[in-house]
Amino acid sequence: MTKITYREAVRAGLREALLSNPLVFLMGEDVGRYGGTYACSKGFLEEFGPERIRDTPLSESTFVGAGIGAALGGMRPIVEVMTVNFSLLALDQIVNNAATIRHMSGGQFNIPLVVRMATGAGRQVAAQHSHSLEGWYAHIPGIKVLAPATVTDARGMLLAALKEPDPVFIFEHAYLYPMEGEFDEHALPVDTVNAAIRRQGNDVSLITFGGSLWKALQAADTLAAEGIEAEVIDLRVLRPLDTRTILASVRNTHRAVIIDEAWRTGSFAAEVSAQIMEGAFYDLDAPVARVCSVEVPIPYAKHLEEAALPQPDKIVLTVRNMLRG
Amino acid sequence: MAIVVDREHGLALLHQMLRIRRFEEKCAELYSRGNIRGFLHLYIGEEAVAVGSIPAFTPDDAIVATYREHGHSLVRGTPMGPLMAELYGKATGCARGRGGSMHFFDASRRFYGGLAIVGGGFPVAVGLALADKMQKKPRVTACYFGDGAVAEGEFHESLNLAALWKLPVLFLCENNLYAMGTALGRHQSQTDIARKADAYAIPAEAVDGMDVLAVESATRKAVDLVRHSGGPYFIEYRTYRFRAHSMYDAELYRTKDEVAQWKQRDPITLLEHQLRAKGVLEDADVQKMESTIAGEIAEAVTFAEEGPLELLENLEKDVYTE
Repeated sequence: MTKITYREAVRAGLREALLSNPLVFLMGEDVGRYGGTYACSKGFLEEFGPERIRDTPLSESTFVGAGIGAALGGMRPIVEVMTVNFSLLALDQIVNNAATIRHMSGGQFNIPLVVRMATGAGRQVAAQHSHSLEGWYAHIPGIKVLAPATVTDARGMLLAALKEPDPVFIFEHAYLYPMEGEFDEHALPVDTVNAAIRRQGNDVSLITFGGSLWKALQAADTLAAEGIEAEVIDLRVLRPLDTRTILASVRNTHRAVIIDEAWRTGSFAAEVSAQIMEGAFYDLDAPVARVCSVEVPIPYAKHLEEAALPQPDKIVLTVRNMLRG
Repeated sequence: MAIVVDREHGLALLHQMLRIRRFEEKCAELYSRGNIRGFLHLYIGEEAVAVGSIPAFTPDDAIVATYREHGHSLVRGTPMGPLMAELYGKATGCARGRGGSMHFFDASRRFYGGLAIVGGGFPVAVGLALADKMQKKPRVTACYFGDGAVAEGEFHESLNLAALWKLPVLFLCENNLYAMGTALGRHQSQTDIARKADAYAIPAEAVDGMDVLAVESATRKAVDLVRHSGGPYFIEYRTYRFRAHSMYDAELYRTKDEVAQWKQRDPITLLEHQLRAKGVLEDADVQKMESTIAGEIAEAVTFAEEGPLELLENLEKDVYTE
């Protein structure tokens, strides 16, 4: 086991992909000369050359759509959209083309495309750079949505995504890039199917994904000191969702708190809650609770932003209230 | 008209245009009878564009078209039966009944739709050309779009990227003067569409889209140019849609006189005149053609009517690769 950062893990995955398959190429804004906005492709231009490491104009719709076309044309593109905020400019290509062409053509075409983007808030970059819209994307059949939260997943889910025959969208929480984690280079290949239980417990299920995983784990430590054992589930894959793991945990703990950095209304947390209602209602000892962002454009000022986002103390408080209930 | 056309070739062009015209007249009839539903955008009036341009591409080239793509599919070679069956929503349709009129696909002919969001085909075409360039395949991608699409951001982004990366895309604007019901002059500050390519350093020309021989000549040269230079080229075909935008259109935005004026330049009549003037077309040729086409259409309708509906158990098939 070695310690590496999430950024290094993404970079390691990208490099392995580029080395192992000549059809793989990376394109996006500043992936080349700049080395990637989050330095995930630093040195790649020198190593792999400008044919395979392609700096694009600020034309999100066209370079995401060009990824679709290149995938249709036999290549194995990885498109980096700098952040989820800018992916809104490519929604037409994602929703109308990437997600539909296989089905709409009666199965004649498939689109082996991987799109990566940074997501999330917490870095004081204000409302236009702090969106958490993974849940929106998870609404759409025809694409797969991944949210790696650990260094092992940051590398492994990318490599797994590149084996998928259909479009895969990977959301990397921007807050995680400098985070260090244990990395086992001999670990088995990771899957893009199952949720992971990151901490076992019998008193309450904390269900989350992406950047919020670490807040949930921190909350679980605090709760443990109070004698409350929380089970922490990292969803990892938002579409298709592993409801089996969620329901099995809730059937054991009888309580569920869902932590999601998106706004509460229409959030992915709402979907998870509905799944629990449909599948484990009679196992519940308390109503499902959600810790989501306050319904406000994410503000710049540190204290305001912190107050707007899910935090470990909010998770702890929610669990305490639930158990007191 | 300086373009030379021999009898055999002239008849072939006329046959294809008539084939599209009669196929679509049948579609309109079947629509009013309720056999075809959804949106139906007819190509009638614009046939010279598909007939003159599509054969300029080799089977290995790629075609990206729009929701008004019946003509393009027919000329590309997808048999009429599966196309009609698609309009009927049958499992024997060219998209297994998932697409309908706006979404004809044919992988075996590298026909990538039938994409129905205006402007949405540009990036896909650019990507297909990028894949060819990276794999060093000497192929060309045809990107068809209408005058309405030039208002979309993807038009500008994609022309820029294709020129910047020197990609083998042939941008083919079918300018029928209306973005649904909005006349070109009401949505564009620069109505000379070919000039827009100048901004991206892409060579461009405008051709008479009602003259199939002019379309053919210009497109062949352009395909050669793209294939040999590797970079993009732009053609604006000046054409006109004789029928309504779709079956729901009351045509409040243009005068009957204007439509009548354009019908004077009907591409089918125009070619007939050209061929008759050269003495290579006789009434019997047209009659024979009409009869062959009527037979083909009747067979396509039978194929569509007799084809099975997709099984409901297959509803969720092909959302993901299984």
